[in-house]
Amino acid sequence: MRENLHRFFRAARGAGVRVSPAESIDAMRAVAEVGFADRAILRDTFLLTLAKTQDEKRSLGDCFDLFFSQPEPPQESSEQNETDDENDSGANPEADAHGDATGDAQGENVGPLAQMLLSQDRTAISAAIANASSAASLSDIRYFTQRGIFQTRILNAMGIERLRDDIDDQTAGNPALAERLQEALNDLRGTVRDAVSQALLLYGREEAENLRNEILRNAPLARIEPRQVEQMRAVIRQIARRLRERFSKPRKRQRRGHLDVRRTLRRNAAWGGVPFLTAWKRKHRDRPKIVALCDVSGSVARVSDFFLLLIHSLHEVVDDVRSFAFSGHLIEVSDILESKSPEEAMKEIMSKVGFGSSDYGNSFADFENGWMSAITPQTTVIVLGDARSNNLDPRADILRRIGERSKRLVWLNPEGRMVWGFGDSEMPRYATFCSVVRQCATAQQLERAVSDIVATYQ
Amino acid sequence: MADSRPTTAIEAVESGLAAQGYIASRQIATAVYLSQQIDKPILVEGPAGVGKTELAKAIAAWRGLKMIRLQCYEGLDEAKALYEWKYAKQLLYTQILKDKLGEVLGEAQTLDAALGQLHAFGDVFFSKEFVEPRPLLQALEQPAGCVLLIDEIDKSDAEFESLLLEILSDFQVTIPELGTVSAVAPPTVILTSNSERDLGDALKRRCLHLHIGFPEQRLEERIVESRVPGISQTLRKQMVGFIHEIRTLDLKKLPSVSEAIDWARVLVLLQASELDHEIVRDTLNVLLKYEADIEAATPQISAFIAKASRQGVFS
Repeated sequence: MRENLHRFFRAARGAGVRVSPAESIDAMRAVAEVGFADRAILRDTFLLTLAKTQDEKRSLGDCFDLFFSQPEPPQESSEQNETDDENDSGANPEADAHGDATGDAQGENVGPLAQMLLSQDRTAISAAIANASSAASLSDIRYFTQRGIFQTRILNAMGIERLRDDIDDQTAGNPALAERLQEALNDLRGTVRDAVSQALLLYGREEAENLRNEILRNAPLARIEPRQVEQMRAVIRQIARRLRERFSKPRKRQRRGHLDVRRTLRRNAAWGGVPFLTAWKRKHRDRPKIVALCDVSGSVARVSDFFLLLIHSLHEVVDDVRSFAFSGHLIEVSDILESKSPEEAMKEIMSKVGFGSSDYGNSFADFENGWMSAITPQTTVIVLGDARSNNLDPRADILRRIGERSKRLVWLNPEGRMVWGFGDSEMPRYATFCSVVRQCATAQQLERAVSDIVATYQ
Repeated sequence: MADSRPTTAIEAVESGLAAQGYIASRQIATAVYLSQQIDKPILVEGPAGVGKTELAKAIAAWRGLKMIRLQCYEGLDEAKALYEWKYAKQLLYTQILKDKLGEVLGEAQTLDAALGQLHAFGDVFFSKEFVEPRPLLQALEQPAGCVLLIDEIDKSDAEFESLLLEILSDFQVTIPELGTVSAVAPPTVILTSNSERDLGDALKRRCLHLHIGFPEQRLEERIVESRVPGISQTLRKQMVGFIHEIRTLDLKKLPSVSEAIDWARVLVLLQASELDHEIVRDTLNVLLKYEADIEAATPQISAFIAKASRQGVFS
């Protein structure tokens, strides 16, 4: 049974529930208490011990139902199978046992698998499939390309060679029997294929997801396909979560052992300076204040979309975010992003300022006229854009003033460094006034950029 | 392991809690049973007013244990949660014992000798007598065990969580001057959270994670029945049905179980025999706590009452 539990934990990891070794130990202790008799209680037990959020509870519940919907291999025979060496080609012991039980009807000259199929003993067949699966270590399946090989391995382990021989032998002497066997073989193939697909669903999800996320993280944000946008949002949310965990430290830190003499004296003035109450020194730590200016024209729009999503899901880490979007002119979009879902918010922003040709000079002028006071010496200003201003006046002087007022001025450019300065790109001119200039085209680069910005406040 | 023992034990938990007026779902009962068996704290999450705190009270009452409650808030630190040196008492004692100290040290001729004699007395002023135990330490010191309720853990700071880790996994705390204090009898620990912020993985790992959502209609009827015995069956069915309809709306704050109980009390007090438009409109402020929510729900009242009454006919 322990083997089954381990397989279930692996399946749970596949379903996106993070099961650490310690948690699996807890779960096993809990299961030892409640036993396997009542499936509903067992399910509750797993939900209590393994899943730690509501989402995890949901996916673990699904995983549990899927996992226990297939017949479990009986305990004794699976152990027997492990101790047995892999005797793939021949008849395996279970099949023999079943063969003895049912080998009365169809003559003794066919193999055990054939006898089993002819007897149409469904439980015996599914048990044999389960045993063969564990012999072929089906739970190691990771990618959908492996389906064929596992199917073959399982069928071999069940003794399909012998069955083929049987069919060949019987074709001449007993065509009706051969036909029945052939039909049964086709059914068996179908059943095994289903079993393998289900296993892939159970165990392969984690790996497939990791692979996909890895690819997504390094894909250029500006050119991902519409169907991937949703997945990309999930990746961004993951990144946001990671950043939150890393940086959401308390702002005030008590420095134990450092007496704040002035405050202690003041507090104890009533007792003539005898220090009944002590005051200790504290360290203050600022949370980042961010002003983000995002180009939402043409190719940069998508990157801005993800960037804004990331910045606005960092509530615990970032004190105050004000975001502005521009192409031809500039508006503040903080409220839209706070009140609406990411899709709707982006739609509204695009309808207001999107799709124009970008005019950096005009947009900077808008910002200076309307919101320059938003920048304090604690603020980090982030400009996200390709700096392609359609040969209009770049107004780099405004950028200089922004840089002077703020703590840091960071420019994130989705284009590669190679093309900065070519065509209508004003990047070199702007770059002189920025504290940091980075390329920022993929989710990974985005994560690094934001993490660096937040880290300067720690 | 395939015996019916756990099932009956879980049912015993259920009926035990029910005797204290807490109607638990099967999952809650399983969690309580497991936490007792494998000595793990329960982390209860869920919207406000579904009975997270009540659960701890009910367990304490059922087992006849003392309940120690630690209400978390921002800025809560170990001095308020764990222990504190009775600084004023220490100071007072040194003042009173001044003469005594003078006697002890009087014979010593040099500073070194005086220091040596002081050392011989040990850490008199940092002994158990000068420790002021706060809820967490109190809970460990209960000889019969207790129910420790750490309420709204999500309101506290992240560093306070780390402070809890030692208590939650090993039921002990380390006081630098005194050493490690272990629990006399491991307390039953219940942590509650409104999910205002994500708790750390380390904390979650040490707990059984129980999510209490809004109960099903049947269960809620039983809860109302046990809490407000005076209410008639038809009215109970109607009002619970009505609340379930309200919960389908997109509101700022959905009415939860505590509001349902309050409303039932109000209806009994007003001697209503069944729901009608007028009485619902007048008492809606018991259920909904925001003006905007009340405005959103008011036009639907009649439809919801009709729906709730229809349900009552068929079930």
